[in-house]
Amino acid sequence: MSKKHYFDPEDLKKFGNIGEWQKPMADKFFSWYGEVFKEGALTEREKALIALAVAHTVQCPYCIDAYASGCLEKGADEEQMMEAVQVAAAIRAGSTLVYSTQMMNHVKNMSL
Amino acid sequence: MGVHQRSKSLASRHSALSDTFFQLNVLNGAEQHDDRFPVFADKLPEGRLLPTRVDIFQVNVGKLCNQTCAHCHVDAGPDRKAENMSRETFEQCLEVLAATDIHTVDITGGAPEMNPHFRWFVEECRRLGKHVMNRCNLTIIVANPKYHDLPAFFAKNNVEIVSSLPHYSALRTDSQRGDGVFDDSIKALRLLNEVGYAQENSPLKLNLVYNPSGAFLPGNQEALEAEFKRQLLRKHGVLFNNLYAITNMPISRFLDYLLESDNYHDYMQSLVDAFNPAAVQGLMCRNTLSVSWDGYLYDCDFNQMLDLKIEAPREQQHISGFNQLAFQQRQIVLNQHCYGCTAGAGSSCGGQVS
Ligand code: SF4
Ligand code: SF4
Repeated sequence: MSKKHYFDPEDLKKFGNIGEWQKPMADKFFSWYGEVFKEGALTEREKALIALAVAHTVQCPYCIDAYASGCLEKGADEEQMMEAVQVAAAIRAGSTLVYSTQMMNHVKNMSL
Repeated sequence: MGVHQRSKSLASRHSALSDTFFQLNVLNGAEQHDDRFPVFADKLPEGRLLPTRVDIFQVNVGKLCNQTCAHCHVDAGPDRKAENMSRETFEQCLEVLAATDIHTVDITGGAPEMNPHFRWFVEECRRLGKHVMNRCNLTIIVANPKYHDLPAFFAKNNVEIVSSLPHYSALRTDSQRGDGVFDDSIKALRLLNEVGYAQENSPLKLNLVYNPSGAFLPGNQEALEAEFKRQLLRKHGVLFNNLYAITNMPISRFLDYLLESDNYHDYMQSLVDAFNPAAVQGLMCRNTLSVSWDGYLYDCDFNQMLDLKIEAPREQQHISGFNQLAFQQRQIVLNQHCYGCTAGAGSSCGGQVS
């Protein structure tokens, strides 16, 4: 049962089983999740691209696999997918760099 | 720049899969034990499928093609010179068309235009008052000067054009169909638009076929169509009428790809999991007669490529012995590849069916 590694791709197929230990919450989660990804003001393709970008930010290998497939299915291409990940990366890098204003303030405060 | 092929036909590679018996063994799990899936026929009411009527006469005029697409279910290519419909077989087709009220002739291949009798056959079908559809791979139009006037020929005969374009991105199209295919396809689409295809209020229809460039199922047809329309117009000034989203069938070269890339099991499982009973009603085999280059009769082009002839006495399995009454009373021959037609929103030569 216990494996010697984390993140087995086969585990993604077991996602639905989370309801075995808490069904009402899992049911609510899956129905809400399904609703979120339906076409609305944004297309399903746009939502899949956002999900792919977020998956990289939260560094979830299951979500990366799932939304790489999802993006292809919804008709996105490699260029769009890479641009989505670049956006995620830019926000990550930017959000690190913007903290440097705090560092700069602090340095200036304690300097002559 | 022209087209540069990435793959070769299974026949020229002497692949085991060029034997249809071997393909059927794979599909039925005889080659590998964990690849056994529930029997397709068992998913249907009473375990069988019956035809409605014959609306479409689909004729596969041969396997000769200027391309060698990686997913081709026909195993077509420039090397397939032997399998081309003869004038005599075309004449037998015309006799059946003249004697029946089948309204549409759907011409496919290979690249049908490479058959020397193609133009004559189209004109004869039109003379009989039939609606003619041609499955044109687009690049043939710009492949050689002798094909440059095809758009004018199609327009003159009011031929409906159905053309594969797996993506509005060159990368995804070329990875499936060969380097340079995207650019040549765009050139050909522009030429078709120029003679009136897909223009507003024009009777000339130009439909595109999307199929996934890999081991995944097609998404929503309407959403894909909207995106294709937007991108092709924005980037290339190209117009088309409808987009048909088609599922890749696990046969021939796509089956080879699935096995080689170790995607076979998961892909079949995804087809089985996505079985949609509502798609059964609209399956194209229910209103289609499919004729092969050598005149044999099949329930669909896929059965043709697996050499699963219609259920009928031997002489009635050929166009020369076509019997409409018996044909309409037959049972459709099913096998495991049929899961490809019933997955999700379903799939046919005319796109999603439910
Ligand atoms: S998919 Fe069409 S264009 Fe491509 S090789 Fe097959 S017949 Fe030719
Ligand atoms: S492959 Fe599709 S069209 Fe052909 S017989 Fe099976 S279900 Fe019908």
